[in-house]
Amino acid sequence: MTQQSSDMQQKIILRVVSKLLIPFILLFGLYVQWHGDFGPGGGFQAGVIFASAYVLYALIFGLGTMREALPSWITRLVLSLGVLLYSGVGVICLINGANFLDYYSLSATPKVGQHIGILLVEAGVGMTVFGGIVTIFCAFAGRAAADINLTDDDEGQQ
Amino acid sequence: MNIEIITSDLLNVAMLVFMGITGIAIARIRSLFAVVMLSGIYSLLGATLYVILDAVDVAFTEAAVGAGASTILMIGTLALTSEREKATPNTQSFKALAVCSLLGLALIYASLDMPLFGDPDAPVHQHVAPRYLNDSGDEIGLPNVVTSVLASYRSFDTMGEIFVIFTAAVGVLTLIGRTRRRIKGDGDGTGGGHDQ
Repeated sequence: MTQQSSDMQQKIILRVVSKLLIPFILLFGLYVQWHGDFGPGGGFQAGVIFASAYVLYALIFGLGTMREALPSWITRLVLSLGVLLYSGVGVICLINGANFLDYYSLSATPKVGQHIGILLVEAGVGMTVFGGIVTIFCAFAGRAAADINLTDDDEGQQ
Repeated sequence: MNIEIITSDLLNVAMLVFMGITGIAIARIRSLFAVVMLSGIYSLLGATLYVILDAVDVAFTEAAVGAGASTILMIGTLALTSEREKATPNTQSFKALAVCSLLGLALIYASLDMPLFGDPDAPVHQHVAPRYLNDSGDEIGLPNVVTSVLASYRSFDTMGEIFVIFTAAVGVLTLIGRTRRRIKGDGDGTGGGHDQ
């Protein structure tokens, strides 16, 4: 993978086009995340799209460069926070005296409660999927880099 | 017949033929890189099929996860292993062919009992689906019923799914995450699969 990415770093068209594309991919990921209530999409798709921007960056500019922008502790944190956010919404519902994940207890107005609950839960899903995809990709790519180089470079997981 | 129905039928048949061709190609080709690319194409064709079936949410997931993330992860795996499948001796087992044919025939026979495609009286359309479609506007208030079902009615299932993703990521990290100062060529770290 490092061999490939070092080849790719020479390709000026790939570099320029991906640099142009990545902000829009991120924006599209956010759009899909927050418009899942109104159109197709939701946390799963948004998480994958958001992660794909970083994967593209890692493919073109190398894993190390990507890890400078997005250190591994951040992706691990996001990965766990997503699960915690989802479960936390359920626990808040419990504290409010309702059933686990019963969003009606989140607000006096039933539909507002549902909306808050779904928004938070989808955010949790998106965070976990984003963290999961980036983590798994970096684990594989970092392992490949370590196998090829056999050096203690800082590209892999630290 | 309506021109729309004919077009949609033609599209369906074309998609299924393409999927069949891709599937056979995946089984036959030895270059694993080509196989990964073909499986991405297979997922995209599946996503197109879902769009034709008006399941845009599923199509979106299939395109993002099946064609995007899976392909990337498979390429990452290829970088760890060989890019060519080992040539196995060409054993044409007629017993295996017979078993596969029998199983296929049994499945086709079983499918004759299934309700017709799009039949409004099918059991799946009689259970909770009408309730979701009729009442989710009043109960949840979201225009997208799929999101209502996934995030509210079936919230426990979705929570289980993200726990699966979390567990998969943690499992991969545990197996192959710590690459530094490890001796080359130990074992094969096959990470856990990921779920949609």
